[in-house]
Amino acid sequence: MNTETSTIPRESAVPTKSALQQRLPMAILGIALLTVPFWLPLLGGYTDLASRVLIFALAAMGLNLLLGFTGGLSFGHAAYFGLGSYGTGLMLANYTHSTVLAILVGTLIGGAAATLLGPIAVRRRGIYFSMITIAIGQMFYFIAVRWNSFTGGEDGLTGFSRQPINFPGYTLDLHSSQFYYLVLVCFSGGAWLLWTILNSPLGHLFVAIRENQKRLTFLGIRVELYIAISFAISGFVVALAGSLDSLLDNFTSPDNLRYTLSGNLLIICVLGGMRNFWGPLIGAFIFVLVQDYISSITQNWMTVIGLIFVLSVIFFPLGVMGFFRKRSRT
Amino acid sequence: MSLLTLQNVSRRFGAVTALNNISLSVEPGELRAVIGPNGAGKTTLFNLITGFFPPSDGSIIFDGEPITAVNPAVLVKKGIIRTFQITEIFLDLTVYENIRVAVEVAMGISLRPWVSAAMRAKVNARVEELMEIVKISHKANKVAGEMSHGDQRVVEVGIALSRHPKLLMLDEPTAGMGDEETNHMTGLIRSLNKEQKITMLFIEHDMSIVFGVADRITVLDNGTMLAEGNAREIADNPRVQAAYLGQAA
Amino acid sequence: MLVILFNAFNGLIQGAFYALMAVGLSLILGLNGVINFAHGGFMAMAAYFAYTLVPYVGFWGALIIAPIMAGGVGYVVEQLIVRRLYLRDPLYSLLATFGLALIIQDLLRTIWGAQGVPLAIPDFLNQPLSQVYFFLTGYRLFVVALAIISTTGLFAVLRFTRLGIRIRAGNSDLETIAAVGVNIYLLRSANFVLGIMFAGLAGILAAGQIGLTPTMGDQLIMPSFVAIVVGGVGSLLGSLVGGLIIGVASGVTAAVYPAATEVIIYVIMGIMLVARPRGLFGQEGLLE
Repeated sequence: MNTETSTIPRESAVPTKSALQQRLPMAILGIALLTVPFWLPLLGGYTDLASRVLIFALAAMGLNLLLGFTGGLSFGHAAYFGLGSYGTGLMLANYTHSTVLAILVGTLIGGAAATLLGPIAVRRRGIYFSMITIAIGQMFYFIAVRWNSFTGGEDGLTGFSRQPINFPGYTLDLHSSQFYYLVLVCFSGGAWLLWTILNSPLGHLFVAIRENQKRLTFLGIRVELYIAISFAISGFVVALAGSLDSLLDNFTSPDNLRYTLSGNLLIICVLGGMRNFWGPLIGAFIFVLVQDYISSITQNWMTVIGLIFVLSVIFFPLGVMGFFRKRSRT
Repeated sequence: MSLLTLQNVSRRFGAVTALNNISLSVEPGELRAVIGPNGAGKTTLFNLITGFFPPSDGSIIFDGEPITAVNPAVLVKKGIIRTFQITEIFLDLTVYENIRVAVEVAMGISLRPWVSAAMRAKVNARVEELMEIVKISHKANKVAGEMSHGDQRVVEVGIALSRHPKLLMLDEPTAGMGDEETNHMTGLIRSLNKEQKITMLFIEHDMSIVFGVADRITVLDNGTMLAEGNAREIADNPRVQAAYLGQAA
Repeated sequence: MLVILFNAFNGLIQGAFYALMAVGLSLILGLNGVINFAHGGFMAMAAYFAYTLVPYVGFWGALIIAPIMAGGVGYVVEQLIVRRLYLRDPLYSLLATFGLALIIQDLLRTIWGAQGVPLAIPDFLNQPLSQVYFFLTGYRLFVVALAIISTTGLFAVLRFTRLGIRIRAGNSDLETIAAVGVNIYLLRSANFVLGIMFAGLAGILAAGQIGLTPTMGDQLIMPSFVAIVVGGVGSLLGSLVGGLIIGVASGVTAAVYPAATEVIIYVIMGIMLVARPRGLFGQEGLLE
């Protein structure tokens, strides 16, 4: 192969850089995430906070497959997050002592709901699509609130806790640090899945949908089918995050199904940069930490969060990663 | 046998007759231009052939099969590929990525969330081949939306080629281009036809452009076929001169 | 039977609130292209304004002044925030108004407290009009009447005034009316304020019925979205009818099967989306 064509990108959905440029940040990120339980307490943080960052990062990355890469503005993904939470919580509370099984069931329930409901929402596009996703999402909120006997109603679901995972000859007790590593494994798995998809023909097609649906229609593609697939995959990943969230607190409530959470996931994507694969991780880092800190110092934390929404949308629409990428381009 | 044959095709929209009793045939390997003033019915002709709407009368035969009123998606699979007056490409993607999506769609692998290295190499080879053919390899990593209008049109032709067209139809490929871009595009049209042996049909309203390029020229005016022939015949045709050249001058 | 009738009427009242909210949302959605998440916040804000004003200007004065005040706040918000986002992806205005909703709710709670307070309504409106149909109080009839009058008024404005005709024209083709010299920024501001005033009216009427809390808007905004989807995006009449339908449906369900009171409206929406995706009165392809 001659040298001229070797500059052509082979794989990536993001602009290509040299191998070192691409791998070094990944390596640093990997090491930083792997050693969180050792250095975070030194900075005055606590490990559960890191778990929460990763859980929200995973959820936002899942949502971002649909939002940032397929161009579908869903304001209802809290539904799949919450279904993951309730699925896992209810399994542990009523049916099983296996944490792994509970996670699997929660993820499947949330993902299956997205798979079934996505096709209804994709019948419409644009703002209409968003409104329908909002409304569908809220339905589950009301089911959780009303079905008191099963879900614990407005008070939320308690009476379950994450159970130790038994391996032959070894038991993970899943206390704080070990749970963090479980979350890290799930996060990495989810991120790997999304990365693989984005670099596959399917992922290329998702991005093409975001760019020009008309062109694809003329190439003979049924665009709705692919948006529904993106919707479903994103639902599964978000449900996995929701499942982990219920285990983090050994508690889940209708708040995990509410549109407020959908809004939070969206702003996490925007804050970090929704055109960037790792943007939602950065966004989750900022959002979860700010929320944690602000709610500890003022009653009016909602105003602060609201201002973050308004100001970042007006002045910082490309997010952190978009901001840096733009700077490096010019 | 002709690749494309239209027999007495008409199309009416309410009381307006957009095309009236058109018969024409395009031979395999031919480079055919359709010219005519605005409103002559050129794009309507394209829309009929590509199945966007059916003719009111007459029949259309492609590759030995009747395709009258067959829907566009099926025609794409049969090998009739077209571009549009307004460029439809993926603006935020690079040239390479634009053509790659089209190649993957053409290969029928777009539903795969994972592909083997061998398949990847095959896609790559095809993308590079197409970029060579349309002569845009040197801009492979440029973001399409940041390129000139002319380059974007070239990318669109590359996308169209990905589907292995038996008949490639370009709707005003040089519209809105400067001289240099126009030359590039007409050169590309020639080379696609002569070197890649692709049968082509293209719309143009500037007659001077088609004379140097097309094998045969069909002249439409007011929904009727005014003349058909090679450049010389068309230039010498008194009806064309009266209706078209006279008007343009 | 009386129970069903009672609940259906309750639902109609509820539906009137949904409809007023949905009509305002729909106005803003149509011309401004914004899903106004802060609509519930503006609604509650107007109700609190009324609550504060009643001792000074009475219920009737408050009913007129409070929506105008909320409209004023809406104008400032439109100038400072929403207007900057018209040219961007709908995501941004959605998130900005979502943030606004949080801010408004927090401010209401800080100023007036998290505890619910009642809005005093004139005594004569509180009397039942019939011994048998005890639920037919003057206030409830008043709510329905005012909802009908105000939406009819709106339709009249849209039909017969220059502003209204421009709003309707802008709904279908903003570029064209900009090209003929209409100041579309001014038009959008006016339209936004008009939408907020409808929210305000709904807020005050609802407060008279169910009292005020900072979160009262939350309970009404989702059904209003559903009302728009059921009625058809882009159709004000659709929003009105959609609001009344889901109100009554949810009222009747409350009598028959209380657990499904809220869920029923989403079921209706689901059926509508499958059977007739553009909604009752929606146009094909609008805002897509």
